[in-house]
Amino acid sequence: MSSRDKILSQIKQNKPEEVALPQVTRFVSHFESTEDKFREMLALIYTEVIVVKNLEELAQKAGELYKGVVNRATTIPALSAWADFSLNVSDPHELETVEIAILQAEFGVAENGAVWISDQYLPHRVLPFITQNLAFVIPRNALVNNMHEAYVRLQDTQGWGCFIAGPSKTADIEQSLVIGAHGARSMVIFLLEGE
Amino acid sequence: MSKTVMEHADASEVFNRDEPYVNWHDETLWFVRQKRDKSSKQLPEWEQLREAASGIKHYVLSHMDELLVSFEQKAKENGVQVHWAANAAEHNEIVLGLLKKHKIDRMVKSKSMLTEECHMNEFLQKNGIEVIDTDLGERIVQLRNEPPSHIVLPAIHLKKKDIGDLFHAHLGTEAGATDPQYLTEAARQHLRDKFLTRRAALTGVNFAIAETGGFVVSTNEGNADMGAHLADIHIACMGFEKIIPKQEHLGVFLRLLARSATGQPITTYSSHFKKPRAGQEMHIIIVDNGRSTQLGRKDFRNSLKCIRCGACMNTCPVYRRSGGHSYHNAVAGPIGSILAPNLDMTKNADLPFASTLCGSCSNVCPVKIDIHDQLYKWRQVLAKEGYVPKSKEIGIRAMSTVLAAPRFYQWSGRLGRTVMRAMPFMVNNGLNPWYKQRDMPEPPKESFRDWYVRNRKN
Repeated sequence: MSSRDKILSQIKQNKPEEVALPQVTRFVSHFESTEDKFREMLALIYTEVIVVKNLEELAQKAGELYKGVVNRATTIPALSAWADFSLNVSDPHELETVEIAILQAEFGVAENGAVWISDQYLPHRVLPFITQNLAFVIPRNALVNNMHEAYVRLQDTQGWGCFIAGPSKTADIEQSLVIGAHGARSMVIFLLEGE
Repeated sequence: MSKTVMEHADASEVFNRDEPYVNWHDETLWFVRQKRDKSSKQLPEWEQLREAASGIKHYVLSHMDELLVSFEQKAKENGVQVHWAANAAEHNEIVLGLLKKHKIDRMVKSKSMLTEECHMNEFLQKNGIEVIDTDLGERIVQLRNEPPSHIVLPAIHLKKKDIGDLFHAHLGTEAGATDPQYLTEAARQHLRDKFLTRRAALTGVNFAIAETGGFVVSTNEGNADMGAHLADIHIACMGFEKIIPKQEHLGVFLRLLARSATGQPITTYSSHFKKPRAGQEMHIIIVDNGRSTQLGRKDFRNSLKCIRCGACMNTCPVYRRSGGHSYHNAVAGPIGSILAPNLDMTKNADLPFASTLCGSCSNVCPVKIDIHDQLYKWRQVLAKEGYVPKSKEIGIRAMSTVLAAPRFYQWSGRLGRTVMRAMPFMVNNGLNPWYKQRDMPEPPKESFRDWYVRNRKN
């Protein structure tokens, strides 16, 4: 018998009597303002939130914020003039020198400040991790209250997707928080007003 | 990697020799426990979330085979290759086989307690494969040639000076440097080079979803993603109990996991893998290694609900004062002490006794495992099957003789109190295990029974 069949048959023999799934597995979060909660959580995880009225203002803010930074990459067509690093590479290792990536993402979660990004928005999965600094652009109205709502919105994941909450961090040395472990050293979220 | 194995009590005694160090260890973990409290109290539905998580996991235990088959089928449809390993040796061989097939002799690995359980690193090293642990805490203990002392905080037993010295020796940082920012930056540079040059990446699995064939890996550092998205081959290893029925159930588990572990509302990265990227190979190894046996133990099967948050360790008065290494098992603390005897009763018979049975572990467990009840029940099983050490057995037998005879009990109590008063040196010495790192209490003048008999007459 293969290990697969052996494992499955032993499980079948040993598993407990059948029980049903619990009826309630989704909960509602009540926040006075979803956006305020989102901002509050992001402030706690060292992430700046900037509201921009339109793509022109986004380009202007990006220019100010990352002035003097070279190797700027983006997935947002309106920022193509701002970028100086082409994402049109075949090997993701070539992204190793990206200093700042401004990326379109789908939506944010108020209870924890996480933002969902997936294959749908990315030419390379490693990009939000390998870049030294990271910024997401999401529509200002694309915010949900909690993770239950997030998964309702996210009916299926793409080939790969990720909730990212703030810059990368570690506290493995005597519980001292250090920002910038292996991933991004800084994080900015642009909330783009409806067009 | 493993040094001479000491029993928990003996290892704790060594750990307790340095009192300021033990106090520091105790307080550091208690601080993490407090962060968990603060975070959990911000959710009015916290208790309902725990109940839901426990219920979902109970469903999982009772439908395990069907869920695994569904997961396998979906994963295959997604282009992922699925392997099954009955035990640690088979798991390790599968990993080695995959690496050999691709002629790879160097691999990066993010946190996976399963590979610790299987002693995979040692096995691969013996077979000429270099494995670099990429979680900062894990890299630290790997450089020290030690196992992690905590499942979430692998290097929690070390002071920054230890790490400064270690990095000076291995990574060339300045001698005497202890600034965490500086040391972390050095590790970042050191590990970035590994990410960029290794063709294989191994990760653990936090949750595997039967409905979609996808799996989720949570990290704060981003090391799992850095490894997996740059490598030609991604191997994800999971104990079969990691399965959950539906994607929407992640809502429950991801809300509980980080809050229970470190007090964060969510880890920085919750990465949802489903299909390999173009040109990449993705493999999942589903491991039993004693889990199907544990599933058949009515009193202990709930231990398979564990989502590895570490909350039971942070709260445990014994763990905090004895350190993770004294448990001589990949998973330490209360949860480790109910998992380990299933793996090997002879080697791990001491662990269910490494508890005060105070119940704090069960109170903080996000999936409501009855941890302290199981610790108590393991003691019964181990004693019945003859795994309890002789010294403990003699003590227990003496105790039961005394407790079974009321007059003898009264007499012994009186004798004890008199001795403690008249000749304190008889108990305040190294031969009395209760005197180790403790002062004996003032003996009361009379027992409650004597007091009661005297006062009832009035």
